[in-house]
Amino acid sequence: MSKYTPVIGLEIHVELKTKSKMFCQCDADYFGKKPNTNTCPVCIGMPGALPVPNRTAVEWVIKIGHALNCIINKHSKFDRKHYFYPDLPKAYQISQYDEPLAEHGYFEIQNPKTETSKKIGITRVHLEEDTGKLTHTGSDTLVDFNRSSVPLVEIVTEPDFDNAEDVKIFLEELHTIIRYLDVSDANMEEGSMRMEPNISLMLVHPPSSGHPLPEGGHTKDLPFEGSTLKGGGMSRNLPNYKVEVKNINSFNFAKKAIDFELIRQAEILNKGETPSQETRGYDDKRGITFSQRSKEEAQDYRYFPEPDIPPMVFTDEGIENIRKTLPELPHDKVTRYVKEFDLKFEDAFILTRSIELAHYYEEVLGKLRKNSSQLALNRSLEQVTASDIVNKKIVTTIDSNDFVETFIKLHKMVEVDEMKLTEVIKSIIKNNPIQVEQYKKGKTGLLGYFIGQVMKEMKGQADPQMIQIILKTKLQ
Amino acid sequence: MDIFCKSITQIRDLIRSKKVSSNEVWEYFVKRSKRYNPKLNAYVSLLEKQSNPIVKRILPKMELWGIPLAVKDNYCTKGIRTTASSKVLDDFVPPYESTVTAKLKTAGYELLGKTNMDAWAHGASTETSDYGLTKNPWDLGRYPGGSSGGSAAAVAAYMVPGAIGTDTGGSIRHPSAWCGIVGFKPTYGRVSRYGIIAMGSSFDCPGPMTQSVEDNAMLLQIMAGKDPYDATSSPVAVPDYRSEMKTKRKLKIGIAREYLKGVESDIQMAFENMVDVIKKMRHSVVDVSLMSPEYSISVYTIAQRAEVSSNLGRYDGIRYANNRGYFGQEAKRRIMLGTYTLSHGYYDAFYKKAQKVRTLIKENFKKTFTNVDLIIGPNTPVTALKVGEFEKYPFFGELMDQLNEPASAAGIPAMSIPIGLDSRNLPIGMQIMGNYFDESTIFNFAYQIEQETNFFDVIKKGREKYK
Repeated sequence: MSKYTPVIGLEIHVELKTKSKMFCQCDADYFGKKPNTNTCPVCIGMPGALPVPNRTAVEWVIKIGHALNCIINKHSKFDRKHYFYPDLPKAYQISQYDEPLAEHGYFEIQNPKTETSKKIGITRVHLEEDTGKLTHTGSDTLVDFNRSSVPLVEIVTEPDFDNAEDVKIFLEELHTIIRYLDVSDANMEEGSMRMEPNISLMLVHPPSSGHPLPEGGHTKDLPFEGSTLKGGGMSRNLPNYKVEVKNINSFNFAKKAIDFELIRQAEILNKGETPSQETRGYDDKRGITFSQRSKEEAQDYRYFPEPDIPPMVFTDEGIENIRKTLPELPHDKVTRYVKEFDLKFEDAFILTRSIELAHYYEEVLGKLRKNSSQLALNRSLEQVTASDIVNKKIVTTIDSNDFVETFIKLHKMVEVDEMKLTEVIKSIIKNNPIQVEQYKKGKTGLLGYFIGQVMKEMKGQADPQMIQIILKTKLQ
Repeated sequence: MDIFCKSITQIRDLIRSKKVSSNEVWEYFVKRSKRYNPKLNAYVSLLEKQSNPIVKRILPKMELWGIPLAVKDNYCTKGIRTTASSKVLDDFVPPYESTVTAKLKTAGYELLGKTNMDAWAHGASTETSDYGLTKNPWDLGRYPGGSSGGSAAAVAAYMVPGAIGTDTGGSIRHPSAWCGIVGFKPTYGRVSRYGIIAMGSSFDCPGPMTQSVEDNAMLLQIMAGKDPYDATSSPVAVPDYRSEMKTKRKLKIGIAREYLKGVESDIQMAFENMVDVIKKMRHSVVDVSLMSPEYSISVYTIAQRAEVSSNLGRYDGIRYANNRGYFGQEAKRRIMLGTYTLSHGYYDAFYKKAQKVRTLIKENFKKTFTNVDLIIGPNTPVTALKVGEFEKYPFFGELMDQLNEPASAAGIPAMSIPIGLDSRNLPIGMQIMGNYFDESTIFNFAYQIEQETNFFDVIKKGREKYK
């Protein structure tokens, strides 16, 4: 494997949870509805029907674009993408071609285990409509248009990934962000978030060798994607094939499918052959990918500007106003928690995985700050609260007021009988002569042991810091 | 009460003053339509029963209360078969109503029939219809023009007092000229396209076809306006056309000599005669220079075919009557050409270039309209051709529509009015082009000409055989 570097890019589709569909007033929430009951002349492509774009969907895509550090195009438009398929009632999908709403972004993934981060380029974020759904029964194929024209966002990354673990982290973080933005349920099982990795392997050349692989691999039929990729100011040549994997419905499966592909492709390359350019499916039961259709010939989608929808023009002010509606994103929250609250990265990471949990944490913190004089804490309030949540000392399923009450009970400052404390300390020292000896010889780590013994004797009704001070003087 | 040759406005007044009932009017036109349709084949579907439930319930306050109109068969009419004159849609009964016909319904009209057209509006003769050719009421051996030929013939023979058509590259103006009536293509976006079976989406304009300018203004008044169901419909306010029409304005009229090239001498003469009348009416007439119509034909041919190939993709035989084997020769030709121009590697050379030239055409008109109020010229290079002559001309439609396509490519409003007869006793049309959303000035000018000349009695003469 070390001979090759994996080159992996992602295409992710996210269904927006707007109230109505992308181009008509039908309900965007089609899930579980009786087939073909959630339709109208527009979303089934009746003769004469016309699309009218959903403003909220457009704004939400701009929001996603902002969250992925993209340039928001001030001039954008919809295009028709033509292909024949029974789930596509107009024989074209309204999508975006050369002027997507957002492009040229990046996203920094943070690996909680290694606490390192890595920048992944975002090629583009565009808006399109979902298709209908086909069900194959025996020799018949049934078409359900309930999903037809539900707003769909396509996020395309640069082929910047070189391992499956980073892909999984990226997808999880993207999922978290989408949920933070409150624009989609991003439910993998129900299909409101779908992803297709493009995978290939590149031979690692010694620096002196000047033999780039043939060009043309990671080019799509789009003018804005070149055959070379800029990474860190360097441009590198991409492999002359790529394999796209579909039907993946969990982040774990994405990782498994990629790992499977990397081994499969390496074996083919080792034999001196080139893996075929194709679309493969993923079989989660057997943990393998299988060939679905060859992509040797590029499909000609005959894109042209959608004449039924005027181009969209945005002002700097309008774009900025949308940016202002963004919540603090998980990445920024982690940074703030670590920097301002001095939390452990891992705790900060866990607390920010869902906006609900992060809000809960911040809410109870706010309430606890008003009661801080009653508390006896050996670390900061933010740290203790975080630790109690992360270690599940107090459950977060209860009302925030109940949490505060429980927390106070647990960490209440107690009136300490100093006389009694001194007595207890004295007796502990007396009863543990060996440990005292060792402590005096320099094994200062035993201080914790003494504190524990004292706390046990005091039944927890003492301030550990005070115990420490007294202990230190008595042990000298 | 004899209502023969009465305009919509006049019939409305007769109904309001109870000199005639809406039922009598309905019966009158059903009878006439039944009598002449076997000869003319103006309708694909002729309705024999009134279908607007509003008319039964509400007092005749509404503008079109009980007025029967004919509608081109590419407007979706709820519960009433809509074919676009193609067998592909032979049994298509729309479950919804187009915005235009919905507005007419609200105004109280009665749908008399769905008129014949070139299949999918592809053509200038109705010859491509799968439901047979419509005959020109002036001479049954000649084409009525197209694609809204059924609507034009029905109005010309007074089978109906007014009709609605669509104009993509001349489809209202061309048959209006050949049948000798008043046909108007408004500004693109002035009238909603929702519910009209799309031909060239960036060109399609619904418009009225009538026997008088006032009727035309009345219908456009009802049809025009922003539609939440059509993103390309304009929010520009709709003025009161009829009140603005009746103040006689002195206008500056431009003539583009580029538009007289290759035009039959009879038409040239009739046009020059009309120019003299206009001068006598003390409008100022100046020469203007426009881009040659040839450029518009190229732009129109490329962009419209591209849109056609895209718009017809949905007729795959899964959901509508017949499969794509039922597409006629002309539709197939357009699908092929459009598919080609949009293909990878050809897009830049054709479609993209066409769009650039289209921008130049728009700029050219905008600039010209800073100097003149209106531009006039002949509407067609020839008068109605004999049936069969169509085959002599490759790109027949483009050739017949060459004077109409510039306004279509630019999206400006343009009207055809009758200005006389040629030596074969066939009507001649004049085209009046105006600036974007300035339908009012066109109405004002056309109304003045109508007052002055009564269109040389062309409309009346056309009905002599249909008394």
